[in-house]
Amino acid sequence: MSETPVSRAARATPPTVARKIKGLSDRAIAWIFVAPTIFLLLAINIFPLIWTIRLSFTNFRANRLNREVEWVGLRNYERILTDTDIWLNMQATAHFLFWTIFFQVLIGFTLAWLINKKFKGNDLWTTIIVLPMMLSPAVVGNFWKFLYQPQIGLFNYIIAFFTGKDPSSFEMLGSVDLAPWSIVIVDTWMWTPFVMLICLAGLRSIPDYIYEAAEIDRASKLRQFFTITIPMVLPFLMLAVLFRGIENFKMFDLVVQLTGGGPGSTTELTSINLKREAFEKWRTGYASAYAIILFVTVFGLASIYVKALNKVKER
Amino acid sequence: MKFSKLTTVSALSMAVASLGATAQADDLTLCWAAWDPANALVELSKEFEAQSGHNMSFEFIPWPNFADRMLNELNSGGKLCDLLIGDSQWIGGGAENGHYVKLNDFFDAEGISMGDFADATVYAYSTWPKGTPNYYALPAMGDANGWFYRKDWFARDDIRDAFKAETGRELGEPKTQKEMLEIAQFFQGREIDGQTVYGAAIFTERGSEGITMGVTSALYPWGFKYENTPGAYDMEGAVNSAEAVEALEFYKEFYKTATPPGYTNSYMGESLDAFKSGQVAMAMNWFAFFPGLYADPNTGGDKIDFFVNPPQNQAGSTLGGQGISVVAYSDKQDAALEYIKWFANPEVQQKWWDLGGYSAHKAVLESPDFVDSAPFAGDFLEAMGAVQDFWQEPAYAELLLAMQKRIHDYVVADQGTAQEALDKLIEDWTETFEDEGKL
Amino acid sequence: MSSFSVTEPSKRSKWFAGSLVILYAVITMIPLAWIMLTGFKSPADAISYPPKVLFEPTLEGYVNLFTTRTRQTDEFLAANPPETWYEDIVRQYDMVIAGPSKFGERFLNSVIIGFGSTFLSIFLGTLAAYAFSRFRIPLADDLLFFILSTRMMPPIAVAIPIFLMYRQLGLSDTHLGMILLYTAVNISLAVWLLKGFIDEIPREYEEAALIDGYTRFQAFYKVVLPQAATGIASTAIFCLIFAWNEYAFAVLLTSGTAQTAPPFIPTIIGVGGLDWPAVAAGATIFLLPVMIFTVALRKHLLRGITFGAVRK
Repeated sequence: MSETPVSRAARATPPTVARKIKGLSDRAIAWIFVAPTIFLLLAINIFPLIWTIRLSFTNFRANRLNREVEWVGLRNYERILTDTDIWLNMQATAHFLFWTIFFQVLIGFTLAWLINKKFKGNDLWTTIIVLPMMLSPAVVGNFWKFLYQPQIGLFNYIIAFFTGKDPSSFEMLGSVDLAPWSIVIVDTWMWTPFVMLICLAGLRSIPDYIYEAAEIDRASKLRQFFTITIPMVLPFLMLAVLFRGIENFKMFDLVVQLTGGGPGSTTELTSINLKREAFEKWRTGYASAYAIILFVTVFGLASIYVKALNKVKER
Repeated sequence: MKFSKLTTVSALSMAVASLGATAQADDLTLCWAAWDPANALVELSKEFEAQSGHNMSFEFIPWPNFADRMLNELNSGGKLCDLLIGDSQWIGGGAENGHYVKLNDFFDAEGISMGDFADATVYAYSTWPKGTPNYYALPAMGDANGWFYRKDWFARDDIRDAFKAETGRELGEPKTQKEMLEIAQFFQGREIDGQTVYGAAIFTERGSEGITMGVTSALYPWGFKYENTPGAYDMEGAVNSAEAVEALEFYKEFYKTATPPGYTNSYMGESLDAFKSGQVAMAMNWFAFFPGLYADPNTGGDKIDFFVNPPQNQAGSTLGGQGISVVAYSDKQDAALEYIKWFANPEVQQKWWDLGGYSAHKAVLESPDFVDSAPFAGDFLEAMGAVQDFWQEPAYAELLLAMQKRIHDYVVADQGTAQEALDKLIEDWTETFEDEGKL
Repeated sequence: MSSFSVTEPSKRSKWFAGSLVILYAVITMIPLAWIMLTGFKSPADAISYPPKVLFEPTLEGYVNLFTTRTRQTDEFLAANPPETWYEDIVRQYDMVIAGPSKFGERFLNSVIIGFGSTFLSIFLGTLAAYAFSRFRIPLADDLLFFILSTRMMPPIAVAIPIFLMYRQLGLSDTHLGMILLYTAVNISLAVWLLKGFIDEIPREYEEAALIDGYTRFQAFYKVVLPQAATGIASTAIFCLIFAWNEYAFAVLLTSGTAQTAPPFIPTIIGVGGLDWPAVAAGATIFLLPVMIFTVALRKHLLRGITFGAVRK
């Protein structure tokens, strides 16, 4: 499997060109150039994936090497899919996914639209807005925990300043109602710029003559916005949603630093739960099955989504 | 060209490394949690460095990450630590999975007798299977969960009068859990010197072991048992007994009515902060911190006093503390054993206590001066007389995480009833023991 | 584009858009500014209520970040007067500096692993991207998509078998292990981005060189590489930033020797209590290089982000 594309590549290279060249043949070069990458991916991505699939049918525990490993068939999968607690984690993940994407699209698109007005100094301000997404989520998440402290935290103080509430009267990270929103806020703060940049690329890809034509047709600005801007940016926006969706489905570092999954299990996203199973409880087989289920879910949802995206693009 | 440079560099570094290995002096790394006693141990170990010529370096990890990081390290066969002061509950896994070196032969050869150490500590920190003479650690640090309070506030007449008017009792160290709650509720929201103060700081942390260590300090005095018959794993009726339910409800009431706002995820650090900043009248924490608290310039000295976790139906304290083990993956086991030999010396143990470590050596504990050597020394002995520990099974982490979840869900996140929480806990634990082949 | 174009927004709407964007930018900067301010506060100022904007700056946080400290007896303190300004700071709390903290080491690990993996990903990625770009490879699109899709796995899921594998090979908690791992994660994006950049270089250049008697390898080395330099640089920045920021693998697969800064910074605690200024100081030192990088290289970076996403 590993050599097929490469050897085919080499075969596909026109022999006439190959003969002309001194030194290594193109075939050899293609092989030498691609092989290390393929090898590394096989070793660190594919082989582990296959191993994970294998482990998912066993009761293996990575911390109990002396114990006999048994094949348990589909038992791990069965247990996971019938576990109500895991469905609660899925719900928490869905809540997080939906609202982060919602706010990021809303704010990100608005910002891109405003920046596209090409006011003076817009590229510098764009860069400043982009800063949060370049930073380490774990380090930033850890510090947001400080901002969220009741009473002494800046966030509570600012909210209190504007609403007149007592800054120690609410706990963003500690209360069951607010904690799911506290992680949405930080993720939105961090990743809105990403959606913004992609929307900006979309807006800039719209050729001016389309607007000029609409202007000649005396279409109102509002009409232009809904019939030209939105449809033309939509494929870009959907792409941004895809990327954010995949990233936030994997979300671990930011939330683990902020809430650690608490209070109770209200913000325990699937990744956090998976980490507990795999590296704290050391139920390796069980966690492998869990990982496969998550992978299939993302992959499946993403594939369906990409199909929809292509349809939009064709229109 | 670059490649040849690289190879020279690596050859050089290999040469250096092998030099280090053949030389007499070893670099030993000791891993422990980052807390006050660890700093004392650094101080103490200077003597060992001078005597043996070995070099000690330390890897101290904050409590919330300690178990996670260290168990990961052991399970990955890592060589970071030569010596590990691991938590009492790790002993089962450490022994069964071969992470710790068995110390029996070494003890015999060096004349170290486990009879010289307090029985409760040997049982809890050293033996696996429990209570058998198979030793995987030397008791390093005795510890239990205890309480401290603002002695200056408790002594003030205005506060005493107000307390008497409210409850009809004299304000003083609580004799039962319920009295303690009453005192905490009395202080909750009270204005003292222009500052709003709160009742008590208790453990509610979710991520590692916090809330379990806190809630067991209520469960044990109520008479909570893990099993009906020791070793039978028959938890139905023990874990969810009427007393256990009452104790759990008590802990939730304590959390809801007598702790500072935002106290949803607090453990040792937060408890210390709350007390030192003058926010709370009482706080629970490990005895390990008491020397530091007593020495604190703002809230220590004559402003602080200590008491043992109060009884309710019976006496009971949550066990902390650790034994020191030699990691099986270490290349420097001989030097590590040398350290243990030095550490077991009664004089070193005495100095350990003087510096702020809790020695478990009988020569220290049974010395006539001990009780008066610190204001909490007597409390410590009393606490160690009635300690109970969490499961020490090899599957301890799984058992602990289940309890963390069920208790936090109920106490902090308001889900279900105490009875349901404990029933679910039995389900989780049963599943674990079934997987283990013990049920 | 002429200034009379109908698509050119009016002055007023520009002004309006500009002020809204600037307002958002200012709000978004508050948390970052607060991190940096907190780094210069004393622990008491850091937790004061209401939060202090004006305060007397101190380097306490930075001193605490780089040192470990112990309490000492009064006699010891009296007998050993402080010699340096940083010892002075520590003495306020009756403590002495016991030695350097681990922060320096962890930061260095971040540098080694970050640059090591970036170098390797760019080296391998450029070669592969060139091959994908220049040689006709059947199934190339599938292969490329497959390479990219490996990024969909949650890191924790990937970490399970990697953990087992590294344990077997003795790669746990080593620099080499982390460099290989980050390279494997980064290489998919690197190949993807670089192929785009190389695609843009006209083939004619190389063909001319080939006819001049260069070998294929020489043509690649002397013609294509210099042309792709900007693309390579911006790809490298992406790889570096990923490796620099990565947390999940680092926290699971390293414990000391090769631990990077992100898992370390959240575990900075003071003596008996949380030390927010030290955490903030660590965060500042760690985040600042990326922020400076981003502002300085914004042209390449912003292009790279949209480019990488939109090409798919």
